[in-house]
Amino acid sequence: MTMAKKRDYSLVGESTRRAIETGLASAEWYHTDVARKTMKVLMQRSDGPAIRDTIIWIAAILGSAAGIIWFWGTWWVVPFLFVYGVLYGSSSDSRWHECGHGTAFRTRWMSDVVYHIASFMLMRNPVQWRWSHARHHTDTIIVGRDAEIAVMRPPDLLKAALAFTGILDFRYSLPTLVRQAFGKLSDDEKSYIPEIEQHKAVIAARWHMVVYAATIAVAIALKWWIPLVLIGLPRLYGTWHMVLTGLLQHIGLADNVTDHRLNTRTVYMNPISRFIYWNMNYHVEHHMFPMVPYHALPKLHELIKHDLPEPNPSMWHAYREVWPVLLRQLKYEDYYLKRELPPTAKPYRGEFHELDITAAAAE
Amino acid sequence: MAEWVEACAVDDVDEEDVIRFDHGGRSFAIYRSPDDEFYATDGFCTHEKAHLADGLVMDDIIECPKHNGRFNYKTGEAKGAPVCVNLKTYPVKVEAGKVMVEIG
Repeated sequence: MTMAKKRDYSLVGESTRRAIETGLASAEWYHTDVARKTMKVLMQRSDGPAIRDTIIWIAAILGSAAGIIWFWGTWWVVPFLFVYGVLYGSSSDSRWHECGHGTAFRTRWMSDVVYHIASFMLMRNPVQWRWSHARHHTDTIIVGRDAEIAVMRPPDLLKAALAFTGILDFRYSLPTLVRQAFGKLSDDEKSYIPEIEQHKAVIAARWHMVVYAATIAVAIALKWWIPLVLIGLPRLYGTWHMVLTGLLQHIGLADNVTDHRLNTRTVYMNPISRFIYWNMNYHVEHHMFPMVPYHALPKLHELIKHDLPEPNPSMWHAYREVWPVLLRQLKYEDYYLKRELPPTAKPYRGEFHELDITAAAAE
Repeated sequence: MAEWVEACAVDDVDEEDVIRFDHGGRSFAIYRSPDDEFYATDGFCTHEKAHLADGLVMDDIIECPKHNGRFNYKTGEAKGAPVCVNLKTYPVKVEAGKVMVEIG
């Protein structure tokens, strides 16, 4: 459904009111049919894959941190900074995400521990972001409702490019934590964090601030930059992979629809990116069935791909496909990329989308 | 007035699983635990309108299919964000191979 008026991305504004009035908020979404017995198998939790991956993850973080300390002051430090930065500033996003859903591990406390560590690495308030992500799943790319729309329309391409450096996110995340630590939540935050949970968000922000203050104090006391290079700053120099993969989740696709095949993208990726991203490249599948753990998403993909648009074969392909769409959205913000369904798929639900989207869609 | 109603046959629910049962304009979830006991709760998650019968049963936990909110289906206790409100539970008995639920 396209918007006659300009989009208002505030979560308490005109688009919010319209989304609620038109039934787009908290709507029923399309799901591909999967037999209950099959889905039960796919949903099964186990600790094994996530423990294995987490051991590798922590070992790689500690190993690259040791390399940074050892080679500091020489050019040999660069590859270690590269690896550490991506592990800290990018792979933490997928750990935050999967553990926030509670699907990575079978044992809940393991998910919670990794969730809090990853949230800290990302400078994300663990309470606020748990709720914002719940909203993102309820109202995926519904303008005025979804708190996690990465690229709004018309797209700000400079902002999107700067996101790869982490500067804008850093500039947003740190002051947000400081504000929350002083007990101030924004109206948008209050719109999706229930009142009984809001004090927890304040306490979480204060804990993050304590760790950052301690890190700065140690760096000053020792007159040594390394603590800051290892804690906090990787959010700047290691974010690029998170942005590279994460932007593709929804960019250039439809908004204000209730079918994840229209607003979400699956992209085939190389094994290293899939490890960093914990298989979130199967993003349509994840949104349709958030109960399925990351390690079962390739199987889910095989099972339902007959009903989904063909995945982009690579990140490069996906960016090449979406670039002209973004350029056109600069002039005509209702324009978007409508991905073709295979003949084996159930058609998009015309009763919800057809009238408004056909005029704006690029096939 | 409370009444006992037949929800399903014992064999309709797999071990460590859940099914949906609708009655009188209301919806319920009927659980069979790993130790072969039966339980019943309201059908919809207290967070948002998602039916728990599409969720995952693990030991004594039911996980909502929409946002992964978790409840203890034996007690109805909400186990943390994003579910904050407990789930209503109902007495259950098994008679002649049928699962009976007392609906108030």
